[in-house]
Amino acid sequence: MPDFTSHLYVFILAAFLGLEVIRRVSPLLHTPLMSLTNAISAISVIAAIELAGARQTTLSTVLGTVAVAAASANVIGGFMITDRMLRMFRKRKP
Amino acid sequence: MTPILATLDPEEQAAITTAIATATYVLAAALFVLALKWLSSPSTARRGNLTGEIGMAAAIVGALLNHHIISYEWIIVGFAVGAVIGIPMAVFMPMTAVPQRTALSHAFGALAAALVGTAHYFLFDLHHAPPTALIMFFLCIEVLLGALTFTGSLMAFGKLQDLLPTRPLTYKNQNLCNFALLAAAVACAATLIVHPQASWLFPILLLLSLTFGVLLILPIGGADMPTVISLLNSYAGLSASMMGFVLNNKLLIIAGALDGASGLILSIIMCRAMNRSFVNVLFGAFGQVQTSTDTAEKKSVHATNPEEAAQILEAAQKTIIIPGYGMAVAQAQHKVRELYDQLTRRGVEVKFAIHPVAGRMPGHMNVLLAEAEIPYDRLVEMDEINSEFVQTDVALVVGANDVVNPAARHDKGSPIYGMPILNADKAKTVIAIKRTMNPGFAGIDNELYTLDQTLMLFGDAKQVIGAVAKELADGQH
Repeated sequence: MPDFTSHLYVFILAAFLGLEVIRRVSPLLHTPLMSLTNAISAISVIAAIELAGARQTTLSTVLGTVAVAAASANVIGGFMITDRMLRMFRKRKP
Repeated sequence: MTPILATLDPEEQAAITTAIATATYVLAAALFVLALKWLSSPSTARRGNLTGEIGMAAAIVGALLNHHIISYEWIIVGFAVGAVIGIPMAVFMPMTAVPQRTALSHAFGALAAALVGTAHYFLFDLHHAPPTALIMFFLCIEVLLGALTFTGSLMAFGKLQDLLPTRPLTYKNQNLCNFALLAAAVACAATLIVHPQASWLFPILLLLSLTFGVLLILPIGGADMPTVISLLNSYAGLSASMMGFVLNNKLLIIAGALDGASGLILSIIMCRAMNRSFVNVLFGAFGQVQTSTDTAEKKSVHATNPEEAAQILEAAQKTIIIPGYGMAVAQAQHKVRELYDQLTRRGVEVKFAIHPVAGRMPGHMNVLLAEAEIPYDRLVEMDEINSEFVQTDVALVVGANDVVNPAARHDKGSPIYGMPILNADKAKTVIAIKRTMNPGFAGIDNELYTLDQTLMLFGDAKQVIGAVAKELADGQH
């Protein structure tokens, strides 16, 4: 039986930590922030990997494989475009 | 499996790989928080992104070690397809298309969550060992949020890419219809929580959620996209978090909660910048009330040309450029950069005033101007720059409209009344670049254009600014 109470504590603490950390992000970087958090939320790839590899039923393998594709497109594309954007933010040349 | 592990019996192997996976998950959670912390300032932001990448790589390695995995071929296929989709989207996508790309990636993330949830539901032995009500509760939220975010984000993508009409699509009893649909989906979910065996209800729950996502975005217009994209970002995160409850995985809970919090903060900032509430954005169908613009042509406007504009800008000591969605549409950011160079070379102080909802997603203008290599310390937020307009010689409006409409300050009858605006009208001279005199998104006239100190420069932003910059460059010789 999973311990939902401790999960709930983790969820609440992570949400408040997120609110505090992200509140400090400069509005200058709100677009990269969104693409980075989007890449991070594609963490569901770890659940998809297990589904695609465990071969329990045909349905779970198919859905898992599609989910791996969708989530990894986000992981790979998300981090790459975030870096591409962040590389563009430069200070004035002295 | 490594030779050392092969000598152990399967149970010991499983214990070891589980321990390694847990360690990588804890590491990933910590790195994700650090990544977001370092993203707070441009000087550390790239390090933040790299940290996030390392965290994700660690988590994926941990997941691949999972002892339930008996073959890797479909995982590899999935990754290959993901790379084929993801890499071109990151490398070749022009910066003006970043809002579309973001909407599309929200759709992908949400799709993954919904599919994983569906697979888990059908893996349960519903008759002999049915899932508990709590597990079903979290699983239903995961699937509902995932499915509605999937179709909702696809709709947002369609609108941003101009595949669908960008104006709000409304019909009679729209809100009633949406609420009824959502209520039906919630009723389905509630029944499934109490009776997990009722598996025929599951596809119906999926279908209702997918439809709700479409209907939710239909009445959303272009200018509300920053809020809606942020909200969808939040939903995608929450869906991943719910998956963590179902799978007993705290890394999913943490990463999802971070994403959910980020989307929530951004949507609150966007709402505040428009002086509107969530409810109003989602169910207000902004902008379709005021369709009559017959009264528009009463006041006269002063038109100007690139030569005159160049002379005025050259004579200025301080200029503030106000970019808006029109700059993105015309892809004018590189010409703006040329103008910036010409003016800076002449000793004119040039700053950019960035309204939080300028463009189609949070931070849209900053990314475009950074792409054109304008130093980011020249990009100033609304609250900081608004007091400077009084000492400004020229306010140059490039494709912005509602965010500089003084009616927001005093006209109680205006739909944008109360919205914080950039004080462009306080500048000594205003030059507004606009294609035509058509009103902006909110469908209202902008009295800024009829002020005595305002000069209208009609034409495509890219061409017009190019002409002004050329005028300045030629004048130098």
